[in-house]
Amino acid sequence: MTTQERLTISRESQLEDSGYKWGFTTDIEMEMAPKGVNADIVRLISEKKDEPEWMLEWRLKALEYWNGLQLQDAEPRWAKLRYPEIDYQDIYYYAAPKTLDDAPKSLDEVDPEMLETFDKLGIPLHERERLAGVAVDAVFDSVSVATTYADQLEERGIIFCSFTEAVQKHPELVQKYLGSVVPYTDNFFAALNSAVFSDGSFAYIPPGVRCPIELMTYFRINTEGTGQFERTLIVADEGAYVSYLEGCTAPIRRTSQLHAAVVELVSLDRGEIKYSTIQNWYPGTKDGQGGVYNFVTKRGITGNDAKISWTQVETGSAITWKYPSVILRGDNSVGEFYSVALANNYQQADTGTKMIHIGKNTKSTIVSKGISAGHGENTYRGGVKILPGAENATNHTQCDSLLVGDQCGAHTVPYIEVRNPTARLEHEASTSKVSDEQLFYLMARGISEEDAHYMIITGWSRDVIKELPFEFALEAGQLLKVSLEGAVG
Amino acid sequence: MLKIENLHAVVTDSEEEILKGIDLEVSPGEVHAIMGPNGSGKSTLANVLMGKPSYSVTDGDITVDGESIVELMPDARAHLGMFLAMQYPSEVPGVRPWQFLKAAKDAIDNANGQSKMSVRAFSKLFDEKVTETGINPDLIKRSLNEGFSGGEKKRNEMLQMQVLAPRIAIMDETDSGLDIDALQAVADGVNKMRSPDRSFVIVTHYQRLLHYVKPDVVHILVNGKIVETGGAPLAEKIEATGYRDYLTVR
Repeated sequence: MTTQERLTISRESQLEDSGYKWGFTTDIEMEMAPKGVNADIVRLISEKKDEPEWMLEWRLKALEYWNGLQLQDAEPRWAKLRYPEIDYQDIYYYAAPKTLDDAPKSLDEVDPEMLETFDKLGIPLHERERLAGVAVDAVFDSVSVATTYADQLEERGIIFCSFTEAVQKHPELVQKYLGSVVPYTDNFFAALNSAVFSDGSFAYIPPGVRCPIELMTYFRINTEGTGQFERTLIVADEGAYVSYLEGCTAPIRRTSQLHAAVVELVSLDRGEIKYSTIQNWYPGTKDGQGGVYNFVTKRGITGNDAKISWTQVETGSAITWKYPSVILRGDNSVGEFYSVALANNYQQADTGTKMIHIGKNTKSTIVSKGISAGHGENTYRGGVKILPGAENATNHTQCDSLLVGDQCGAHTVPYIEVRNPTARLEHEASTSKVSDEQLFYLMARGISEEDAHYMIITGWSRDVIKELPFEFALEAGQLLKVSLEGAVG
Repeated sequence: MLKIENLHAVVTDSEEEILKGIDLEVSPGEVHAIMGPNGSGKSTLANVLMGKPSYSVTDGDITVDGESIVELMPDARAHLGMFLAMQYPSEVPGVRPWQFLKAAKDAIDNANGQSKMSVRAFSKLFDEKVTETGINPDLIKRSLNEGFSGGEKKRNEMLQMQVLAPRIAIMDETDSGLDIDALQAVADGVNKMRSPDRSFVIVTHYQRLLHYVKPDVVHILVNGKIVETGGAPLAEKIEATGYRDYLTVR
């Protein structure tokens, strides 16, 4: 499809979906590999990135494994999600902005139009971001565009760069940790990602270092028909701390786009990783056309006295399949999961977490808030597993659903497996509607019906939103508001 | 200022008629008390004035400054300067009283073409009124009405009334369930707010509150109709004899 056609379609759809303000496309020349996935494509990707042999081998093994799964028709179907069959050979697995072929050395060399795109996204890529104190790695389609702030981080020995760069410059770290939390055999989508991932972010915080700023990656799918398969690996070495933010958007497309990312977190002894996501992939039109299919594997593993905390605000995507989890391997380690997932119009979300307690005195907290509106279907699926050696493990799960309107659905599927009698688990669940009494109360004070809904819903989500860094919390509130437009009033 | 003519209203779901032809006129600066036995329609009247969707007006009219408000949503009525202190204020998890009241103030100011009050100026006003109404400042840090006792909820309604400074303040059994200190605080608030351009409609079962807030006009509402209207002494008569006489007449 030519660029001109693309832009036309995009404009047309924007008229219908004025609610999704991130739906612009950027007219940048792309270099694309042919559609479909096979060993040649994997080799091409690896070659484009000038990867060492071990990396290519790993990819090819993953592809072989995935091919085997394909033959067994092993695409997971246990989630409460309905979507048409995905044709994996009808997707572009590699698309890179052409102008980046000679990898820019600095921001000055980045295509100005791309910088403008980032401006529209509100990503602070220039001087502003120093004020904001955020280091950004922006992944545009599949290629990491620019990592800012790198120098300042380097002084402390912190590595924050694109995955491709990490493979080149820090192969020993990548080789040590890649696949250590999510092996390519983990699941269908993780295997596909392992074979074809084209970029992503890498962060390493050395022992005892507290990362002084928040690290951020912004993902954007731009090219039509492209799958995005990014790979993120974050390692907090002993006693290190890092807060990492991830934002995602995509332009409006009539056809659905596949996104299958893998995120691995390693928090060594006394390390702490706080990982926050605002997922705002294009959700599709009001009548359920298009939108991103979001199949993501996110998992972390803890050392002794270590901590991993996931916070997510999921408002986008037509389909969300995502279970950020923590393997609590170390004694006294802590895992947290805070989530707000919104499914409006015809969106479907099947999301939750797994907390696997292996170490003694391990502690996990799950707070899940699911909002269903329009014809949206929202499922919380969570597992808490206490293994025999996990003496005195505790878990607290709170799982709340809120219904807006009477055409939507909320479902809760908790799996609990306890194999140590000293464990203490609490599970609270609730389903509620925005009550007429609450609405009347707020409106009688002069607040409009829409704002009243919004206030009640964000208030209800507060336990999760307050876990986000401040600027992100503001953005999350705005997103919830925009995403609910049309569902209320 | 506020005029009610031949007002008939039903419960929206069941179509059961609760208000059966009410006439009432409240002039600027007046305090009207609506008294009546349980189930007479007092609270319904208060809620219908504010536009609660669970009631529907089937006949008659309500006007403010000569304009009908029957078709207006509750927020539009608030923008006209109407306020209802709720009998059972809702709990709203995760919403702070400050945040709620600032949003309300901004919405009303905006609808009246006024600029937003600065956070600083609003905070000052808010803190002042918190002190005046005698609300436990710790409560204000919680979610709106969550974990508040009955009395605290009513004080919180008075706080909102004082901050929003409505022209027409309707109070729905604000005095019920209050201890003597809280009752005194509510009365002080009302008395302080009394002014030539502000009117009050106080719905109450007992005469208690009227010991402290002297009404200009007292109406006795029985079975959806006003059966007697008089001055302050009428309330004292009720205290002595109850509603017996009205009920037997029917």
